[in-house]
Amino acid sequence: MTRPKRIIGTVAHRGAILLYIVFALFPLYWLLKVSVTPNDLLYSEGVRLWPSRTSIEHYLFVLEHSDFPRFFRNSVIVSGATAFIVTILASCAGYALSRFTFRGKYWIVALMLLTQMFPLVMLVAPIFKMLSPLGLTNSLTGLVIVYVAFNVPFATFLMQSFFDGIPKDLEEAAMIDGATRFRAFSQIILPLTLPGIAATLGFVFTAAWSELLFALMLISSAGASTFPVGLLSFVSKFSVDFGQMMAAGVLALIPACLFFLFIQRYLVQGLTAGAVKG
Amino acid sequence: MASIDIAEIRKSYGPVPVLHGIDLSIHDGEFVVLVGPSGCGKSTLLRMIAGLEDISAGEIRIDGRRVNDLEPKDRDIAMVFQSYALYPHMTVAENMSYSLRLRRTAKERIAAAISGAASKLGLDALMERRPRALSGGQRQRVAMGRAIVRAPKAFLFDEPLSNLDARLREQMRGEIKKLHQSLGATSIYVTHDQIEAMTLADRIVAMNSGVVQQVGSPLDLYDRPANLFVAGFIGSPAMNMFDGTYRASGPVIEVEGGHRISLPSALQVADGTRITIGIRPEHIPVGRAGESGIPAKVELVEPTGLGTILHVRPFGATVKAFTLSRDATAVGDTVAIRLPVERLHLFDGQSGQRVS
Repeated sequence: MTRPKRIIGTVAHRGAILLYIVFALFPLYWLLKVSVTPNDLLYSEGVRLWPSRTSIEHYLFVLEHSDFPRFFRNSVIVSGATAFIVTILASCAGYALSRFTFRGKYWIVALMLLTQMFPLVMLVAPIFKMLSPLGLTNSLTGLVIVYVAFNVPFATFLMQSFFDGIPKDLEEAAMIDGATRFRAFSQIILPLTLPGIAATLGFVFTAAWSELLFALMLISSAGASTFPVGLLSFVSKFSVDFGQMMAAGVLALIPACLFFLFIQRYLVQGLTAGAVKG
Repeated sequence: MASIDIAEIRKSYGPVPVLHGIDLSIHDGEFVVLVGPSGCGKSTLLRMIAGLEDISAGEIRIDGRRVNDLEPKDRDIAMVFQSYALYPHMTVAENMSYSLRLRRTAKERIAAAISGAASKLGLDALMERRPRALSGGQRQRVAMGRAIVRAPKAFLFDEPLSNLDARLREQMRGEIKKLHQSLGATSIYVTHDQIEAMTLADRIVAMNSGVVQQVGSPLDLYDRPANLFVAGFIGSPAMNMFDGTYRASGPVIEVEGGHRISLPSALQVADGTRITIGIRPEHIPVGRAGESGIPAKVELVEPTGLGTILHVRPFGATVKAFTLSRDATAVGDTVAIRLPVERLHLFDGQSGQRVS
């Protein structure tokens, strides 16, 4: 390629990426903009990129006068517990699927895939029927159980693919060196799967964090609501409190951001480099 | 140090048999090489000794103790993998000390063991590096270091040099041999490379299709291959093979094109038996055209530096001859080759077993 052609190519490439980033981040920007716009300006100023005057009144209201802190706490408990339990189960199941051959393996995989085929809406009623006599509706425990059940299959396949990427030789070497299979798993394989574990934790955490359907159907008391359900409480019969809703939304983004900040260094691949000849 | 006894070992994956009853006794301190083409079952046998594969039938004893149902960790053997299998999140020192740490060896003894192994393998300067910062040859050394710090009963090598380039492979081959001479440890070494087998082994076990074809010293296998498989597998360039018919009157073997090779004594086979004649390229004297011998046209000339491999056609089959002479022989020339009867290997054409 000639030099000008190459420059045009680079500019087009960067331009396309920029366009995509703007497209992806604009809703977040709008969320932030509305959350700091005082109520009196929200409808009076027309469509502007930034209000002429900003305030944190919505944030203060949400934190001090709404149930939002409780929704927030509930969401942290539900999402955290779901992510933690799912990752442990998926690590064990993924390892088994990756390393062992056992009777019924094919059917277990098929069943797990089958669970992913139905739209969740179809399952709301039966699940409510099952949880209700057990006293698990209106409870965070019930929600965690449902989320774990729905997230384990995909997380298992995700973890399996990470284990598949780690050479079998490594744990065999460890076993010959004197480790039991479990020790080889925990001391050699798990540390190398940290990127996979981080990805699974992040994936399940965000899935549970933003889940609305089951949270809405299984929970009716404000005391056990998670934050996506709580957001709906800003919608009343006659008006929608956009400012407060957006402020709550911004606050709800914080834990997810922190979480990814914490795990992002594990998401960087390449920990297994040098183990075996590439 | 220990002896390893393998009795009637069989392995099958589902209905597919992979090993058909292997018997082998490995003496204390011996270096045994399992050699064969890929898929012959040699690695499977090694992994069964290590405890990484279940034993379908038969018995393995290490130092007289039956190990069939022992976990790999309880067999007290060390293994060097083709892929090296270094723990990527540990430094060289941690890699080498892992087995000792698992056994809760005292810190001072661990330090002594790894520094001894490191100086033996020239790894002193690399102890704090991670595997990804090492070259292929260095990784290979660490893998060996990890094996020797433990002073195990036996060393198992699973094609340890296959991932190295030719020059490094030659160098490491020498180092493994030196290491064995200094440690005197019982070693089982799997390779598909017959040169590694010849140079390293006290005894070679040649395998094909899950069956042991021949067990013997390297020179036994080279001088008296028990069957066509071993004859063709050991030696480079490979042994020439061509067919003939045995005639008890003479006794002679008639080769295609009317040539007759007189034998000094009768064979233990019936008149008219198909015989496969083998002769190594380096055992075929090549003379100028007109000298005594079978006239043959040169089809291809391959100089190797040390000598020259000539592909010639004395009768139906193409025959390779290796000569140290640097006479300018060109394609299309005619030379005279001889087939010295004392250098011939004769095999039954049907069973492939040696008859001479």
